[in-house]
Amino acid sequence: MKSNSRPRTILRTYPYWFYLPAALVFGVFFVVPTMLAFYFSLTRWTLFDATFIGLDNYERFLNDPQLMAGLRNTFIYAVITSGLKVIISLPLAMLLTSSLRLKGLLRGIIFFPVLVSTVAVGITFASLMQPSVGLINTVLGALGLPRPDWLGNPGLALYSVALVDVWKGIGIATVIFIAGILSIPLDFFEAARLEGETWVKFRYVILPLARNATFTVILLSFIGGLRTFDLIWTMTRGGPGFASDVLTSVIYKQYQAGFYGLSVAGNVVLFILVTIIVYPLMRFFNRAELEL
Amino acid sequence: MIRKFLFLLLLLVLETSVAAAQDAVTLTYLVDDTQNSQDTAQALADAYMAEHPNVTITIETRPGGTEGDNIVKTRLATGDMTDIFFYNSGSLLQALNPAQTLVDLSDQPFIENIVESFLPTVSQDGQIFGVPTGTAMGGGILYNRNIYEELGLSVPLTWAEFEANNAAILEAGIPPVLATFGDTWTSQLFVLADYYNVEQAVPGFADAYTANEAKYATTPAALAGFTYLQEGYEQGWWQPDYATTRFEQGLALLANGEVAHYPMLTFALSTIAANFPDQVNDIGFFAQPGTDAEANGATIWMPAATYIPQTTQGAKLEVALDFLGFIASVEGVDAITAAVAPNGPYLIVGSTLPDTVLPAVQDLAAYIDSGNSYPALEFLSPIKGPNLEQICVAVGTGQMSAEEAAASYDLDVERQAQQLGLPGWD
Repeated sequence: MKSNSRPRTILRTYPYWFYLPAALVFGVFFVVPTMLAFYFSLTRWTLFDATFIGLDNYERFLNDPQLMAGLRNTFIYAVITSGLKVIISLPLAMLLTSSLRLKGLLRGIIFFPVLVSTVAVGITFASLMQPSVGLINTVLGALGLPRPDWLGNPGLALYSVALVDVWKGIGIATVIFIAGILSIPLDFFEAARLEGETWVKFRYVILPLARNATFTVILLSFIGGLRTFDLIWTMTRGGPGFASDVLTSVIYKQYQAGFYGLSVAGNVVLFILVTIIVYPLMRFFNRAELEL
Repeated sequence: MIRKFLFLLLLLVLETSVAAAQDAVTLTYLVDDTQNSQDTAQALADAYMAEHPNVTITIETRPGGTEGDNIVKTRLATGDMTDIFFYNSGSLLQALNPAQTLVDLSDQPFIENIVESFLPTVSQDGQIFGVPTGTAMGGGILYNRNIYEELGLSVPLTWAEFEANNAAILEAGIPPVLATFGDTWTSQLFVLADYYNVEQAVPGFADAYTANEAKYATTPAALAGFTYLQEGYEQGWWQPDYATTRFEQGLALLANGEVAHYPMLTFALSTIAANFPDQVNDIGFFAQPGTDAEANGATIWMPAATYIPQTTQGAKLEVALDFLGFIASVEGVDAITAAVAPNGPYLIVGSTLPDTVLPAVQDLAAYIDSGNSYPALEFLSPIKGPNLEQICVAVGTGQMSAEEAAASYDLDVERQAQQLGLPGWD
């Protein structure tokens, strides 16, 4: 970033003790626990005493097929949810920035699921997706369509939860896109109109100029997907078997089992993973932004 | 002078004891949320409060399974446990570090009232921590006797006979075996209730297993339980929607004769008795069959117990100890029997079962009386891998083979043994 000079001048306007309260809060609630987590991940910890065992927990984590399946599922989940959110919410945002009459109402409706508690959404959808008496399959059956066992079929459970996640997260993504589209100067649309086609407007105006919004949506929903927990837990608890286990549910289960050290090691793995994936992504997006 | 002093002293003693008796004490009693446990706890609390008007015992519930284990562990570790709580005996208790977290009861007079064979399941380092609350249970197969009568089947003594029965039931258009994987803990019975057969085939498996010398994957008799789950999936024994069916929904299916068998603990009977009082007499029990008809017998579960955490002190501790004494008395047993249909024998000296016990409990009692019963592994060894339920669901839904599952469970067991700091596992 070339604009480094500005933050520096801001830094100098305040004396250092000004930062002390924030630093204290950050230190006590973030830095110290993180450091402690790194330490406890190297121990066998019973909450009463901790035995130092080196990297055993990590070795265990990476050698366990079920834990690795959790890792794979996490990726699938993050890619599917962030991908679908972009694909669905961009056209929605375009629709909702057009001169539609019911725009306000529709915006409200699309944003509504975001406001509902995730746990409530999970429980509701778990019963909607019940295979024989659930609403979804009742409707599908009435239409003569196949009635899949959404959450009971091991090959399907993860995707069913991902779909609900998309439904719930689409509101935020759409709002970000709306903001992105509205920030494009009208001149560009004028020029596109001269070209005459909607496709031109989409391909050469909205897509490149709302790129910031696209990146934000991808990044936010990808991170959200990597650390998803509440929906998975309320809908399947990682089941059936290990079929929809993701990193966070695996970590939570290790914690439930009383394997505190192993569970903390899982959290460190998650932390490193998010950093490794998201940092380059962010760098790439930032560079792309500068090139614009 | 001395007389006056003594008089004053007497007065003081009287005064304090009277005051202590009248001081209102409230105890909170944490139990799991099954109907059976709640009713048992409530019956005990009501009977005790009737005799001790100054005491109030409120029941607090928690989820069962690993989620409940987690709540209990965390509350104990953070000093946030209720005044008394209800929890499994055996290996699950060992995982609570009882010597560091619970009040030692070994000096209490009421320990004498407890059947001696129960005590090891609530002990650690020579200390005793719990009193049995409720009845012992059988683990095996609950079955619908109407279906057996209609199809002219008889109780199987070997697994081969069980398979033949299942084939006949399937042919009659009834799902032979109920699977309720929506409550994952229910998936473990084929493995856990097979322990009588494991012990017959490999005497002393429990000790070798605890000492890291015997494994599920390499002991054919122990592997069998996982094989049964795989077989159930492959042969299509389960009812529709088995992957998401919950425990209580399953009990309805069994009571209504929509499935024939349910691998389960007999504690489910009291829930059936509460929800389906007319059908509960149609339910019978048989031990999970093994390879040898001559060596047929039932696996027994010890009752769960009531414990006092070390955070309970002072007047509350005194009342809590007195309440535990009540639970470990014949009056306590009678209070439970009046409210909850017994699921098996009590482990309190001098207690008796009423003449009107459920048919399935009579079936279970027949195994115990004839000496054909053996405790489940979790009461013989401190180690039980926490992932067993999830692994069993994975096998029962066709995602994992029996061999993979056994190997995976061995790994889980190793982890638990190391966490417990047992010798021979490092």
